[in-house]
Amino acid sequence: MQRSLIDRVYSGVVGGITGFGMLLLLAPTMVVLVISFTGGITLKFPPPSWSLRWYVELLQSREIIEPALTSLKVAAAATILSAVLGGAAALGLARSKLKMARVLDALFMSPMVLPAMAFGLSLLLVFNLLGIRLSAATLVLGHTIICVPFVIRMVGASVQQLNPVLITCSLSLGASRWYTFRRITLPLIRRGIVASCFVAFLTSFDNVPVSLFLADARTEVLPIKLWAILEGSLDVRVAAVSGVIVLVTLAGLVCAEIFGGVSRQIGKG
Amino acid sequence: MNPAGTSASREMLPVVPLAALFFAAFVLPLIALVAVSLFRTPEFADLSPAQYLRFFADPFSIKVLTDTLWLGAEVALATLILAYPLALVYVASGPFMRTLITFLIMLPLLTSTVVRTFAWIVILGRDGIINSAMLSLGFWQAPARLLYTWQGMVLALTQIQLPLMALPVINSLLRLDGNLTRAAEGLGASRARIFITVILPLTLPGAIAGWLLVFAAAATAFITQTLVGGGRIILMPSYIYQQAVGVQDWPFSAALSLIFTLAVTGIVFAIGALSRRYLRGVDAA
Repeated sequence: MQRSLIDRVYSGVVGGITGFGMLLLLAPTMVVLVISFTGGITLKFPPPSWSLRWYVELLQSREIIEPALTSLKVAAAATILSAVLGGAAALGLARSKLKMARVLDALFMSPMVLPAMAFGLSLLLVFNLLGIRLSAATLVLGHTIICVPFVIRMVGASVQQLNPVLITCSLSLGASRWYTFRRITLPLIRRGIVASCFVAFLTSFDNVPVSLFLADARTEVLPIKLWAILEGSLDVRVAAVSGVIVLVTLAGLVCAEIFGGVSRQIGKG
Repeated sequence: MNPAGTSASREMLPVVPLAALFFAAFVLPLIALVAVSLFRTPEFADLSPAQYLRFFADPFSIKVLTDTLWLGAEVALATLILAYPLALVYVASGPFMRTLITFLIMLPLLTSTVVRTFAWIVILGRDGIINSAMLSLGFWQAPARLLYTWQGMVLALTQIQLPLMALPVINSLLRLDGNLTRAAEGLGASRARIFITVILPLTLPGAIAGWLLVFAAAATAFITQTLVGGGRIILMPSYIYQQAVGVQDWPFSAALSLIFTLAVTGIVFAIGALSRRYLRGVDAA
């Protein structure tokens, strides 16, 4: 009888913490969505009334829309660069047994281990020492480095699952290397590529530590702008921006899920 | 078939562009960071370890570093306590509950850090959810200060980093041989005892992997630290930013970021190596 009591207490504790954990995971996103529709002028919760006024206000705020556009452009450029360069490297590295390949693989993964602020500062120092002016290009360069590890890992995982016999078959049947790559390799690693592009885009769009040092007045990005706004005052427009980001990310996830089964890829990584 | 030499160089050919990029924009800057940290003055005069001596002679700087590492450790422990029950329920559930838990874990992972941090400002603020709930239920007489406190920051970071802990712990539990827990059950052990003597030791590698991920992420979380912790709690990321951008003391900020990097990665590698050494064969994680 005592055993069943202990079991019940144990189940209660496990269930209770799980419930709390699930609420904790869900609540902040919901809170942001709810508060973005407030009719009040403060972040009072629950909102005193409901309206779309902060979304309307947002549409008229050039100082937020411009950084958002910059962020989208930088993220797109960094995603393409890291996917092309990282994808090519992953194809070369994934099957290689050379010692050199393992060293390079570790190098390409290391931006994940290094605190990104140290990397951002080091890039800023180099640009300063070499007299290179900060621009969107220097920002894209920094973001590309941060995005590469995701591409290496996810595309690399896809390449490892690829049956090499298929490529040997294609080549021995007379197909060129390029044709084999286009018709055999690429379709088979498509999921890895789509998933890594999705994660790379979010990583760049959300990046703060690198942008903090590399973004100047002309290349202000959204997260830094929002951070600056929140440091100064608790502006409700940030809620509307957040609402837009949450909805767009969810829509993006649905698209990426349809084309690439992203959640399984991320789960694997 | 190609001779071995050419096939090796052909194999590495697609790697060359990225290797070149990494050399120019990653390796070179890190070398520059080390070099700059070795100058005595912001004008780059005199090579000396002066910046490092200055750091270790200054009790304020030391406290900033230990506070930051302690924050990482505390948040990682809190996420560990939340992640195990979540993982146990996940493993014991059917497809619907599993999908729900996966979705809930992915949700914060995919929402921008600034958005998640902003949510905590709304929750912890003076007119926030916790204060208005406690006031209207009559538990509190006046709104409590939750934002800009250490505890508030730990709570926010715990939620923000929980996915990093939950995923490796769930993976570890999924790989656990179900016969072991069934055997313990058959021999009459209570479920709490099975957890402590069978499940916990066998999934420890996954828990340590998650702990290290959360530790590093929480210690370096600049946005959440500055916005939820507020200006009065100074931690390494904001210290580096202030010295680099505010004071423009490049050598000291370079030394600060190297000390911080070595402290965080040193702890991660040391604990990782210890766990591999003593937990060898426990689990493949």
